[in-house]
Amino acid sequence: MSIFSYLLPKKEKSASVAKERLQIIVARERSTRGGPDYLPQLQEELLMVVRKYVPVDQDAVNVQMDRESGCEILELNITLPEQE
Amino acid sequence: MTKIVVVTSGKGGVGKTTTSAALATGLAQRGHKTTVIDFDVGLRNLDLIMGCERRVVYDLVNVINGDANLKQGLIKDKRVEDLYILPASQTRDKDALTLEGIEKVLDGLKEMGMEYIICDSPAGIEKGALTAAYFADEAVVVTNPEVSSVRDSDRILGILSSKTRKAEQGEGDIPARLLLTRYSPERVESGQMLSVEDVKEILAIDLLGVIPESQAVLNASNAGSPVILDRESDAGQAYDDSVARFLGETREHRFLTSAKKGLFGRLFGG
Ligand SMILES: Nc1ncnc2c1ncn2[C@@H]1O[C@H](COP(=O)(O)OP(=O)(O)OP(=O)(O)O)[C@@H](O)[C@H]1O
Ligand SMILES: [Mg+2]
Repeated sequence: MSIFSYLLPKKEKSASVAKERLQIIVARERSTRGGPDYLPQLQEELLMVVRKYVPVDQDAVNVQMDRESGCEILELNITLPEQE
Repeated sequence: MTKIVVVTSGKGGVGKTTTSAALATGLAQRGHKTTVIDFDVGLRNLDLIMGCERRVVYDLVNVINGDANLKQGLIKDKRVEDLYILPASQTRDKDALTLEGIEKVLDGLKEMGMEYIICDSPAGIEKGALTAAYFADEAVVVTNPEVSSVRDSDRILGILSSKTRKAEQGEGDIPARLLLTRYSPERVESGQMLSVEDVKEILAIDLLGVIPESQAVLNASNAGSPVILDRESDAGQAYDDSVARFLGETREHRFLTSAKKGLFGRLFGG
């Protein structure tokens, strides 16, 4: 780092951008983990269906398999965009 | 008791083979009888890093198929007592690596009194990597401070938690520790590279060690001598610390900050 970089306005460092992006993608990939192998595919297809009606982004559909007292629960979370 | 350790990463070229060679050598140096197995069928490289490529006669697939017995397949290291190498085959197809076959080899090594068996995994999250990891009691996840490597490590961690024999038998996750390699403190300090804290926070596993980006690794591979034998080098020392931690010792992490620059360097340096 030279003296000049102290004078220039601070740009966001690329490492912090990397960290943020990783946190998001890793959280998403973990959400379908440990469940049946079809979960990621199911998530993709659900996303496509939702998008036919509502413009949502990649993270809008969250699919999760939970086990509760011997019972498997498929949990779907769809976040819709805020109404104008 | 024999401990089977898989060295894995998901992403290719991050330092698995370098690490497998260093870990196995370091364990043997401390008197633990150790075999390091190359699971990278078709792309064997461990023999070169260990410097025994000219002594390879038989390989893992030969031993599995019964063309050679285990003793014939094992190469005894010439520098370090108690260290053995089992090379991968260069040509044969990957389907030769059956789980039954691998299990027989591992049982044979246990009977020989191996304390550690280090499995150098191929890249990827497909069959080859799964085979290398299947019988593991413990994992070392090799990661570079870079987005695709961290993401792949996380995926491998997910696979380890469900696809090992232990997991299948309901014994839960095998312990997995992070080895962050090719670390460049200068680039971390200037904000261009993920820091060890960043990676630890994202992957949320214990840290075994941090290996700096080092010319010594290239020198070692040129010479066919595991970098841990280069006692003078930063990478050699960092690997030695990691082996000590692997065995339960507490050692402070080194080589995490760049060599201090003087005021002049800080004002005008790059
Ligand atoms: N700490 C380091 N400093 C500098 N170079 C390194 C370091 N660690 C590994 N390398 C270099 O990175 C390259 C890949 O290393 P290595 O073969 O160990 O990776 P790998 O994960 O086994 O690769 P593959 O996925 O192809 O099996 C080699 O050229 C090696 O010399
Ligand atoms: Mg390799």
